Amino acid sequence: MKPLAQLHPEPLPPFSHPDVLATDTLLSDAEKALRAEVRGWVDERLMPRINDLYFAGEFPGEIATEMGRMGLLGPTTPKEYGGPGRSSVDYGLIMCELLRCASGIRSFASVQSSLVMFPIREYGSEEQKRRWLPPMARGEVVGCFGLTEPDFGSNPAGMIVDATETADGWVLHGTKKWLSNGPSAHVAVVWAKTNGSDDPKSIRGFLVETDRPGVTVHRIDDKFSLRVSESSAMSFDQVKLPKDALLPKSGGLRSPLSCLTQARYGIVWGTLGAAMACYDEALQYAVRRVMFDKPLAATQLQQERLADMVTKITNGQLLAIHLGRLKDAGQATPAQVSLAKRHNVDMACEVAREARRLLGANGILGGWHSMRHMANLESVYTYEGTHDMHTLIIGEAVTGMAAYR
Amino acid sequence: MAGSAEYTGVDFYDIDSLLSEEERAVRDTVRQWVSDALIPVIGTAYDEGRFPKQLIPGMAELGLFGANLPEEYGCAGLNNVAYGLIMQELERGDSGIRSFASVQGALVMYPIFAFGSDEQKQHWLPKLASGEEIGCFGLTEPDFGSNPAGMITTARETSDGWVLNGTKMWITNGSQATVAIVWAKTGDIDDAKGIRGFIVPTNTPGFTGKDQKGKLSLRASDTSELHLQDVHLPKDAILPKSAGIKSPLMCLTQARYGIAWGGVGAAMACYDEARRYAMNRVMFGRPIAATQLQQERLAEMLTEITKGQLLALQLGRLKDQGKATPSRVSLAKRNNVNMACEIAREARRLLGANGILVEYHSMRHLANLESVYTYEGTHDMHSLILGQEITGIAAY
Amino acid sequence: MKIAVCIRRVPDTTAKIVIAAAGTAIDPAGVKFVPNPYDEFALEAAIALKEQAGDGETVAVAFGPDSVQETLRTALAMGIDRAVHLQGEPSADGLANARVLVSHLKDGGYDLVLFGKLAVDDYGQQTGAMVAELLERPCATAIAELEVQGGTVKVMREIEGGTEGATCALPAVLTCDKGLNNPRLPSLKGIMAAKKKPLDVTPASVEGAQATVVSLALPPERPAGRIVGEGAAAVPALLEALTSEAKVL
Repeated sequence: MKPLAQLHPEPLPPFSHPDVLATDTLLSDAEKALRAEVRGWVDERLMPRINDLYFAGEFPGEIATEMGRMGLLGPTTPKEYGGPGRSSVDYGLIMCELLRCASGIRSFASVQSSLVMFPIREYGSEEQKRRWLPPMARGEVVGCFGLTEPDFGSNPAGMIVDATETADGWVLHGTKKWLSNGPSAHVAVVWAKTNGSDDPKSIRGFLVETDRPGVTVHRIDDKFSLRVSESSAMSFDQVKLPKDALLPKSGGLRSPLSCLTQARYGIVWGTLGAAMACYDEALQYAVRRVMFDKPLAATQLQQERLADMVTKITNGQLLAIHLGRLKDAGQATPAQVSLAKRHNVDMACEVAREARRLLGANGILGGWHSMRHMANLESVYTYEGTHDMHTLIIGEAVTGMAAYR
Repeated sequence: MAGSAEYTGVDFYDIDSLLSEEERAVRDTVRQWVSDALIPVIGTAYDEGRFPKQLIPGMAELGLFGANLPEEYGCAGLNNVAYGLIMQELERGDSGIRSFASVQGALVMYPIFAFGSDEQKQHWLPKLASGEEIGCFGLTEPDFGSNPAGMITTARETSDGWVLNGTKMWITNGSQATVAIVWAKTGDIDDAKGIRGFIVPTNTPGFTGKDQKGKLSLRASDTSELHLQDVHLPKDAILPKSAGIKSPLMCLTQARYGIAWGGVGAAMACYDEARRYAMNRVMFGRPIAATQLQQERLAEMLTEITKGQLLALQLGRLKDQGKATPSRVSLAKRNNVNMACEIAREARRLLGANGILVEYHSMRHLANLESVYTYEGTHDMHSLILGQEITGIAAY
Repeated sequence: MKIAVCIRRVPDTTAKIVIAAAGTAIDPAGVKFVPNPYDEFALEAAIALKEQAGDGETVAVAFGPDSVQETLRTALAMGIDRAVHLQGEPSADGLANARVLVSHLKDGGYDLVLFGKLAVDDYGQQTGAMVAELLERPCATAIAELEVQGGTVKVMREIEGGTEGATCALPAVLTCDKGLNNPRLPSLKGIMAAKKKPLDVTPASVEGAQATVVSLALPPERPAGRIVGEGAAAVPALLEALTSEAKVL
């Protein structure tokens, strides 16, 4: 079979992002240069084969070290730990370009950066930071994040995985689900309650090498979404860990939730990338596809579609940039991140669906991108805090009353 | 025998009381068949991207093909409401399976019935009803989707018959069909009045059908491209009563009518799955069904389904009275497919992370329904058909 | 070969049952009724026997109010040739009901009379055997295999820990169990044809009924589940509950 990218009757021009309200003027030259560099790499290395990877359900493992060389893994990690020490806005721009290609590609970088390198940086000892962060930034060591359990998704405080302290270390037991990168990960950041306690305050983070006896990784393959991403479940059968597996500064549910806030921040930008990819594809199609002797783009209904899409994207751009600046100023609250995650994912779901629809029958073919994004974004709608959970987080922030239970 | 987890449909407004005993019996038979024969195999078929051919004999035996055509042709002679209920139940299983039956019945058997000679009807209809022959419908072309009148496939009359040339695209059942109904221009290329239908056995030299690969939707249905290169047909291959673009559009009206019911079926499947999941999935120490946000989701779904059911039923009654005008059909197709798209998406979302797994049905329906949104007249085309009906002004 | 199949109409097993005010019957409002599932095995057996033989007649017989005509039409839709509706109200006395069926069956010239082994609404399991008695014919109950050989019928019954083979001379009465066959769905043509097949209605009434239902109750509602705790910490509480409350340990 020919690569799906070659199935187009005529190839579309390379991606360019919409910028109706000149939001680019809010970015520095260095930020724009970084964006151009990542975009060029994605266009060259990933776009020609991403649809085939999606159908095959394969993650292109070799890009880990390429991303490492470009400084895309843990980009906000300080230079002393092998990272490029970039800003949150830089990080966001990277996420945007990666998800413009595929959710699974962004998820890989996001898990590595926000869910593995970040907790090591925040809650690890100096030795842990020096040992793990540099090879992770280079993409030589891949990590994954174990918080969700089969019966505890939106309510991680209910988790039942336990780590019990012994004379010479810890024994970890239980099962985690929905770990991205699991099958290729060398190490997992696993969150567990400790010493038989049922109190969420007892939750601590552990660095668990995946080749330790008792660790089993189960791939999750039969899925309609995130097919480029390696989803997995991971079970820990009385896994013995040394004392220094513990992230010493982690304590309580707040620690993993702070990681999720980082990842959610990345999603705010990432989904913007997906929406822009779908919009660009729809626009390019609309100006080329002729029906009733004129381009689709010349009809009122399609112009309405495009106008709605670009308006939504513009909202999303402004939210992302402003949130990024707040974050770089150390002022972004979790509820502010929730607002933008909730908005931008929902926005991207709508844009992807409408783009798919504008593409007509061609829109269901795997040579195009919008329907793949549409399916992927359904996962993004659910993970890192479902849309509904963010509704309730914002609800709590504005009312002062919690309505989760 | 019915187990307790058996699918029992969705009927909040006792719409069953508006159905005759025979209509309910038809619905129950097809529902049972879908539960017994289709649901167990659909996940794998979808994953592998193939139509589950092994189901064809069972479908034929039940009489699912062309069920609203007369008994003298080996069909069941059902009214249009019963026919609609069949489509509803089939699409409860999968849009691709409903598409298969729709094409065979509404797009192949119907035009032979409506535009064919007595000989054509006697010859083809019983074989299509029994599944001995499988049909496909060649109207859409690569550059003429929403505007079929612009087609460039031609049929030239010769001394002893016809010669067809052209390419047709997005043809459901195309690669496995034994016979195709092909629409072609017999006169000037700009003259849509010269469009006529032809019965083309697919083993005629010059005819090739090739599957479209790499679909993200309707994966349990074969979608093909047909190429006709100097396909020689005898004189009696033409459907004598077909005349102009109106004829294939009449077929589409039949198919769209079925889709108005099919959308309801897919929506009912998703709602049923979401409701069961919500009752069983415990989060924060109680079923998610106990939360306001999920109750709102379910309430919204049930409301929309109930409206869609009433719309489909009234349209069916109108059709049985000969009053289902094309724009009335457009309204129901447009509404019910859009409704089903929304419900499939919300059901998928209620299922959380599990909702992306192949073992659940809602995301498969979600993906399928995007095709249904586009085919048999896109949502937008139906907006404009209705717009023209309301205003008297065409805005295509 | 002439075969009668006596059938009943019962609430769908998935239906939500409400007991009527009098406390002796269910409230039929909003309940979906279906042919008794065991009777479907009997119907399928009759249709298949006739198909194998290539000739003969199959007759579905039901005693009940007018609503059983829908059930009879389902039988006709499956492929039964004609139907007999014994129109009246059955009683709680199986013998009295059996006499009503016998009033039709005795002069019908049937080689085989088939029943389901029980009706899933009342679990009576009386009528088949009583009809055989009244007709003075051999009876095999709960059969899982069936083969007609000349003037006899060979059956297999599933019994505790094994199977039992038996033969009966025809005419005979059989009650059918699950596993006998896979009942066919009524085809759409069958449903349409059913309307045109004969359905004879004969008024019938129970005489000398000596049993009545005095009460009907739903099983006690299952108490809501209780979460005794989460994680390892919950184990002692769970053990305690299983030992002292549920008394299963």
